[in-house]
Amino acid sequence: MTRLARIPFAAEALLVLVVIAAFFAFPYNLAFVTRILIMVLFVLSIDLVLGFAGIATLGQAAMYGTGAYAAGLFAVHVTAAPLPGLVVGMVAGAILAVVSGLVLMRTKGLTLIMLTIAVAQICHEIANKARDVTGGADGLRGIRMEPVLGLFEFDFIGRTAYWYVAVVVFVVFLALRRLAAAPLGLSLRGIHESPERMTAIGAPVYRRQVLAYTLGGGIAGIAGALAAQVTQLVSLEVYSFTLSAEALIMLILGGTGRLWGAIVGTVLFMTVHHVAASADPFNWLFLIGFLVLGVVFFLPGGMIRLPAALMRLGRRS
Amino acid sequence: MTTGLQVRGLQKRFGGIVVADDINVDLPSGARVALIGPNGAGKTTFSSLITGKLTPSAGEITLDGRDIRPMGEAERVRAGIAKTFQITTLFRDLTVRDNLRLAAQERDGRARAWFRRADSWADVEDEIAAQLAAFRLAPLGDKRVSDLAYGQQRLVEMAMTLMLKPRVLILDEPAAGVPSSDSHLITDAIERLPDDLAVLIIEHDMKLVFRVARSIIVLVNGRILTQGAPEDIAADQRVRDLYLGAHHG
Amino acid sequence: MSLILNILIDGVAYGMILFMISVGLSVTMGLMRVINLAHGGFAMLGGVVAHVLMSEAGVGYVPAALLGIAATVALAWPLERLIYRRIYGFGDLQQVLATIGLTFLMIATVNRLQGSTLLALPLPGGLAQSVDLGFRTLPLHRIVVIGVGVAVIIGLWLLIDRTRFGIRLRAAVDNRATAGAIGINTGLIYSATFCLGAGLAALGGILGAEMLPIEAYYPLRYMVLFLVVVAVGGMGSFAGSFAAALGLGLIETASRYLVPEYGTIFYFACIIVFLAVRPKGLWGRLA
Repeated sequence: MTRLARIPFAAEALLVLVVIAAFFAFPYNLAFVTRILIMVLFVLSIDLVLGFAGIATLGQAAMYGTGAYAAGLFAVHVTAAPLPGLVVGMVAGAILAVVSGLVLMRTKGLTLIMLTIAVAQICHEIANKARDVTGGADGLRGIRMEPVLGLFEFDFIGRTAYWYVAVVVFVVFLALRRLAAAPLGLSLRGIHESPERMTAIGAPVYRRQVLAYTLGGGIAGIAGALAAQVTQLVSLEVYSFTLSAEALIMLILGGTGRLWGAIVGTVLFMTVHHVAASADPFNWLFLIGFLVLGVVFFLPGGMIRLPAALMRLGRRS
Repeated sequence: MTTGLQVRGLQKRFGGIVVADDINVDLPSGARVALIGPNGAGKTTFSSLITGKLTPSAGEITLDGRDIRPMGEAERVRAGIAKTFQITTLFRDLTVRDNLRLAAQERDGRARAWFRRADSWADVEDEIAAQLAAFRLAPLGDKRVSDLAYGQQRLVEMAMTLMLKPRVLILDEPAAGVPSSDSHLITDAIERLPDDLAVLIIEHDMKLVFRVARSIIVLVNGRILTQGAPEDIAADQRVRDLYLGAHHG
Repeated sequence: MSLILNILIDGVAYGMILFMISVGLSVTMGLMRVINLAHGGFAMLGGVVAHVLMSEAGVGYVPAALLGIAATVALAWPLERLIYRRIYGFGDLQQVLATIGLTFLMIATVNRLQGSTLLALPLPGGLAQSVDLGFRTLPLHRIVVIGVGVAVIIGLWLLIDRTRFGIRLRAAVDNRATAGAIGINTGLIYSATFCLGAGLAALGGILGAEMLPIEAYYPLRYMVLFLVVVAVGGMGSFAGSFAAALGLGLIETASRYLVPEYGTIFYFACIIVFLAVRPKGLWGRLA
């Protein structure tokens, strides 16, 4: 990793290669790989909020779901062009984040975690009750997307969907890499480490937390919008607690605050899930339970720290 | 127009208890004032009133003639009032350089820039290098703060605070927790602070106080017992009884 | 008039259930500073054991309930010793994750053994009846719930106010380090408190099965409900938990009766506004 970091854009190039390789390696599983990519984006949004700014959240699904519904409704009622839909999803996620964030960022610890869950539950309840608009428990149907940029038709196998999602995720990933190295990224890490010290150097901590939450909400909104456009369906599940919790687990599994952790954790989790859940859905829950406990107890830095941890172990023995 | 920090008739009550009463202090540019007094005299309360952590019940606080009472904590820092903490408070998982960068980018109001690398402002990088050199921290610039000795961390905190280019600097027990073998580092650093900076030192270590302060305020039970030049304070019988006697018996 | 009475009876009964389940959570948070998202699992476990005893071994309601509580406590003890004790020192997030992991394991276990259907706890003939108060009839079950709730509160009050254990517990909640330094065996207090909380949750889970039906996903489904009580009441406060549980029980019941369409939304909106104004809750010791 460290050696890789010295060559400019080596890591990014590797990522592109993996995405291209995945396309040819899993021609019959493209839908699944696409889902992984969307999940990566969602987990990245949590990494920004939690890994960087240190805002504990178990309700990121609120922004994901709102982005999904916004993009879905936009496609049904306004235009089925994908890119404007993405923007709408992003804006919807960001708006929900800024409005809820103004209240949530006043709290911390348990109260904050709990309120983030509560916001997602309220969204769930509203979507459930507003049947005329959202389709309620039946889900929002009838989404038919136009070709991307008017050129690339969404095909039955999901090739277009795959490339469309891959490009969007890659662009956001690059933007987050910039942000991480820029003053804003440094400032968010500062807030994570010591809000007290940030105040003492004159930083408006609360406003900046709201900003981080809003940016994260926008990215979660894009992820939701992608999901809505690609699956052409939005169900109430987009607001579920399990989605927020699993995404958080993926992030911790990979390692927080490093962006790469979000990718590693998500790919690992989704792959294990795919294999295990198709074998036996009950055992899957056992597996994930033990997985989480294992990471928390034995690998607090996440999988991305695994090489370093193994090296330490090797040196000791 | 009056320059520097001016405190007039400052009072703070918690319910019926008065913890600061009728405090008048001047911290003009270049001042080196020490605030001493027994535990519970109200030193920390006073500093909290200046930094905005507490709101006064009565009295005025002005910086260059401008009322700063409506300002929040962060806003007062941006206006030029900076402090170091009694217990070093830094970004422990970041490098020394990143700590100083954070202060500089808040000062320059570009902390929300998200595209350009944080270390790509050449003038700021030069400034950081100069500041580290001034505190003899240059070889430690790329170390994580948590890997430094406590005395060095204190110096990082002072260097970082100076990056803010404050007008007024409050040092809350700068020598606390520093092993005596390293305390000369702190004293030296305080002596080398910029001449035009107004400095208020809250300190128990009398050796340090008498070495760096040009004026001393003695606070007892929330009130100023006396204030004056170090030699006058040292000669004051009340102070000897109250404070110095207790410490140096 | 009868509507108000219905809201009152149902709301208070519901509040009592919330209190029994949540009080342990509040105290463990105040005392051990641990965010135990798996706490609802203890309520479920009590219910599941009671269900199995009743449906498969033909045990009566009351003995099944008592055994269910005993089984939950018997499980909580080693769990606290082996797992939770290590979690205490973790950061907020690690705690949240570890206890989510435990929650998943609990769900998976129940799912594996009993499936994901509702696990009925049929009330004995007597409890299912109504009582005639002269001017109207009331379901006896609700009255019993309220009665047990009052008994629990009196019992807790006596325990905390009048016993040596109570004095030590209060000292430990106030200041853990000092309590340890003056020779209070905080480890034992933690274990005992944790088990008491788990047992009360089991009691609440069994008694409240009419309102919060027992099933494998119970700990996740009602997690927010219990967390809200703690957050609104203030961590580590018995009185706060009680006031919050009762208040929230009444508000939710009232909004369900009066604005059934938007009950949940109204309920959560109230909570968000309250916590935005008072982030430390009613009697909060810490944020």
